[in-house]
Amino acid sequence: MIHFIIRRLFAAIPTLLVISFVVFAILDLAPGDPTGNLPMTVPPEVREQIRLSLGLGEPMHIRYYKWLIQFFVNEPLNLLHHSLGISIGDADNRTRIISWSTRSPVIDLIIERTPQTLWVVGLSYFFGILIAIPIGILQAYRQYSLTDQVGTFVAMVGFSVPTFFTGVIAIIVFSVQLKWFPMIYDTTLKVTSWENFVLQVKQMAMPVTVLAFYQASQLSRFMRASILDNLNLDYVRTARSKGRTERAVLLIHILRNSLIPVVTLIALGIPSIFGGAIITEQIFRVNGLGQLLIISIESADIPTVQTLTFLFAILIVFFNLVADVLYGILDPRIRYD
Amino acid sequence: MKRIFSFCMGLFAIIAISNIVWADERGRDGELKLLYWQAPSTMMPYLSGGTKDLEASSIVLEPLARYDNDGRMHPWLAEEIPTVENGGISDDLTSITWKIKNGIQWSDGSALTADDAVFTYEYCTHPESGCAQSNYFNDIVSVQAVDNYTIKINFSVPKPFPYSAFVGYNAPILQKAQFQGCMGVKAQECTKENFNPIGTGPYKVVDFKPNDVVLLEANELYRDQEKPAFGNVLIKGGGDATSAARAVLETGEMHYAWNLQVEPEILNKMAVAGKGTIIAGFGTAVERLMVNFTNPDPALGDNRSEYIGGNNNRNAHPFLSDYAVRRALSLAIDRQILVDAGYGFAGKISCNVLPAPAIYASDANDECKIQNVDEANRILDEAGWARGSDGIRSKDNVRLSILYQTSTNSVRQGTQALIKEMWKAIGVETELRNISASVFFGGDISSPDTYQKFYADIEMYTNTFSGTDPETYMASWTCKEVVRSSTNWGGVNMPRYCNPDYDALSGEMSKTANLDKRIQLAKSMNDMLMQDYVMIPLIHRGGVSAFSNLLEGPRGNEWDSELWNIADWHIK
Repeated sequence: MIHFIIRRLFAAIPTLLVISFVVFAILDLAPGDPTGNLPMTVPPEVREQIRLSLGLGEPMHIRYYKWLIQFFVNEPLNLLHHSLGISIGDADNRTRIISWSTRSPVIDLIIERTPQTLWVVGLSYFFGILIAIPIGILQAYRQYSLTDQVGTFVAMVGFSVPTFFTGVIAIIVFSVQLKWFPMIYDTTLKVTSWENFVLQVKQMAMPVTVLAFYQASQLSRFMRASILDNLNLDYVRTARSKGRTERAVLLIHILRNSLIPVVTLIALGIPSIFGGAIITEQIFRVNGLGQLLIISIESADIPTVQTLTFLFAILIVFFNLVADVLYGILDPRIRYD
Repeated sequence: MKRIFSFCMGLFAIIAISNIVWADERGRDGELKLLYWQAPSTMMPYLSGGTKDLEASSIVLEPLARYDNDGRMHPWLAEEIPTVENGGISDDLTSITWKIKNGIQWSDGSALTADDAVFTYEYCTHPESGCAQSNYFNDIVSVQAVDNYTIKINFSVPKPFPYSAFVGYNAPILQKAQFQGCMGVKAQECTKENFNPIGTGPYKVVDFKPNDVVLLEANELYRDQEKPAFGNVLIKGGGDATSAARAVLETGEMHYAWNLQVEPEILNKMAVAGKGTIIAGFGTAVERLMVNFTNPDPALGDNRSEYIGGNNNRNAHPFLSDYAVRRALSLAIDRQILVDAGYGFAGKISCNVLPAPAIYASDANDECKIQNVDEANRILDEAGWARGSDGIRSKDNVRLSILYQTSTNSVRQGTQALIKEMWKAIGVETELRNISASVFFGGDISSPDTYQKFYADIEMYTNTFSGTDPETYMASWTCKEVVRSSTNWGGVNMPRYCNPDYDALSGEMSKTANLDKRIQLAKSMNDMLMQDYVMIPLIHRGGVSAFSNLLEGPRGNEWDSELWNIADWHIK
C-alpha cells in the first residue's frame, strides 16, 4: 500500500505540472483586462501604466515561470515562516503571488476565506451525508413503499431545483416574512460566548440547509441504488440463512458492501467543498472561496483565478488518491501491491 | 416608600440628563451598516480598480475640496476655494495656492501639513507606481510646500479650471509618514498600508477583509468634536443589487445600500414595505448610441472602422455618413419607454451628451424628447432611401442594416430590443450583439470586440466625466482623439468624428478662463455634436441608493463619494 501511495504521488507531479501550464495558459490567453472595471474617465495611457505595474509587460513564459516559483517555492516557504517560525533563505524579500484587484498576496486571501467556506459548505456536506445514508438505506430496503416514493420525490425536487432558487425562497420566507434568520452572513462574527454561538448558528442555518438539501438529494439516490444492487446477492442470503437478525444483515453485511461506491463518491466530492458553493455563497453573502473565485473572474484578477483553480486541481488529484486508498481498506479483495 | 419614590425620580432625572449630554456625543448611535454589493477591494484610491474602492476610502482619506450632491465645490481640508479673485489662482492661470485649515490631525495624532500633499503628488506621479488617478495630476510641473499649511501647484500650461489634484474622492491626501516606503514598484507590496491608510476623515479602519467586509471606528481626533454620530461603520460586500435593496427596504438589516441597478418594478415593490427611502443622484452620465462615421465592413481588413480622412473622409460609413439617416434614427426612438422599462428612478430622458451641471445644459436639442416616426420616415423618403419588398430601406444597393453592439447587461439588452423594434418602424433592420463587459471595455488590442475598435455600426454605453468641468470631456470628439490602429486604438473619439469647426471651439475653450464664456463654448460644442447626430443620447443616468428610514443624512452624490457627508449621518 505504501509503495502504491508513493508511486501515485510521484505520478501526480507531471500531471500537476501539465495542469498548471494549461490553467495558466488558458487564463492568460482568455480575453479580459484588469483595468476593465476602472471608470471610463481613466485615460488609456494610465491604463497601460497600470498593466505594466502589474507585470503584464513581460512575455508569457517568463510570467509562467515566475508564478510556478512563487507557487511551489515562495508561498510554501512563506507559510512555514509565518506558521512555524522556520525561515529558510531571505524570508522578507520573497516575491509572492499578488492579486491584481486587491494588491495583496493571493494565499492570504485564500486563508482568510477558508474558514467560512469550510464551516458553511463543509457542514452542509456533512449534514447531507448524515441525512442521505439512512434515507437511502430505508428507501432501498422498503423499495416501492410510500417512504420510498416520498423520498424519491423529495430527492428529485432537491436535485432539480437549483440552489439560487431555494436560497432566495428561504430568504423571502425566513428573513423577510418570518424574520427568523438574518439574510446577510457576518464574517466578522467571532464565537466567544453563548450569544455569539446562537448568532452563528442562526446565520449559518439557511445556507447550510439549502446546500445540505441539495447534497442529500444527490447522495441518497446513490445510496439507494447501491443497497438495491446488494440486497439480492448470494452473501445476503447466506447471512440470513445463518440466522443473523435482519438488523445485522442490513447494517453489517449489506451496508459495508454498499458503501464502497458511495464512499468513493464522497471522497471525490470533498474538493468541491473547497471550491465553495459559488451561487449559495453569493446569495447569502458568505464571501468564501467560491465568491472569491467569481469576483476574481469578474474583475479579471488573473493571478487569483490561476492560483485558486490550480489549488482545486491539486485537491482533486489528491482526493482521487484518497478514494483509491479507501477502496483497498473497504474491500479486502482489492490489493495494490 | 416616599424615599424610594424620590430615589427613583432622582435616578430618572440623572438618566434624562445623561441622555441629553449623550445626544451630542461622538459615537452615540452605535453601528452604521452599509451594504456595497460590489465589495471594496482596497482602501487605497490610487491603486483602485473601481468606484467601490473610492467610495470606501473616502470615509478615511480626505481631499482639500469636495463636491456636494449638486456639484458645488466646498472647501474640505482647505480654508477656502482658491480663485483668481481671492488671489489663490495666479493671473496667468499657471498656479494655484491652497491653504490647509490649521490644526487638522491624522488619526495617529500627527499634524497634517503641506508636505503630505507634496508627497501624494510624488507618490501618484511616480512612473512605476501604476497610479490609477495620475490624470488628476496632469500638466503639473511641481507641487510645493510654501510653508506648513500652504500648498502651491504649478502648471506647465494655463489651467482655466485648476481644481483636479486634491479635489474630490479620486485624489485625496495621503500621509507621508505612512506611505514614504511605498513609492514606485513598492506601492503594490504595501498591503498593510493600502488596506489601512491613516486618514483625517471621521472614521478609521479597524479591519479590512478585501472583497468582503470593512470595519471602521470613529476617529477620536476628528476635527468636529460632536461628529461622527456612529461609533462604528461596517461596510459589507458581496451578493447582488436586488438582494442588497431587499436588505435595506424589506428586512431592514442594513442602513444603506449603494448602486442599486435593479429593475424599476422590483424596486418599487420593495419600497412599498416602508422601511427605507430610495434616492437618485444625477451626475453627467449619459447612456448614448455612438454612431460609426467609418466603414466597419470586414472586407476592408486592417482598414475596418479606420479613419483615413482626406477629402470628405475616404473611409466613410456607407449609410451612417448620411445626415438624414442619423437624424431619422434619433427621431424614431421613444426615450421615455426606454426609461420606464429599464431605468425607473435611475434615468431621465436626455437630448444632450452634456446634461449637467445645470449651467452647462443646453435646451437647443429638445426635439429628441418626443418620438416622431412620421417625420423620420419622411426624412428617409426625401433622402432617397426607398423601402424594399421586405420593408427595409435601401439606396444604390446599400441596405439600412445596422449591427448594434453593447456590453452584456440585462437592462442594455432590453434597451437594444426596444430600439430594434422602433427602428423597424422606419425601415431599418438591426442585428443585435452583446459582448461581456470585461472584453468590451477591456481594451485588449488583440480582441476585435472592444468598444475602441468599434467593428459595428452603432454601439451603446454610458460615458461621463469626473468633477464638474467639461473641458476635457468635450475635447473627446476632436480630430486628435480619433481612435486609430496606429496608436493601438488609443484615443476616446469612438465615432471617429472629425470637424475643424469643432476643434476650433475646443481649442478656444482650453484658453478661456471666464466662466460665462466657457459655458457658452461647452453648450455650442454639445449642440454641434447633437445636431450633427455624432452621438444619439438616450438616457441621463443617475446612481440609485437606498437608505433606512431610521437614518438621517444620505444625500446621494454623483460628483463625489456618496459617503461625502458621512460625518453628518445619524439616527433620527
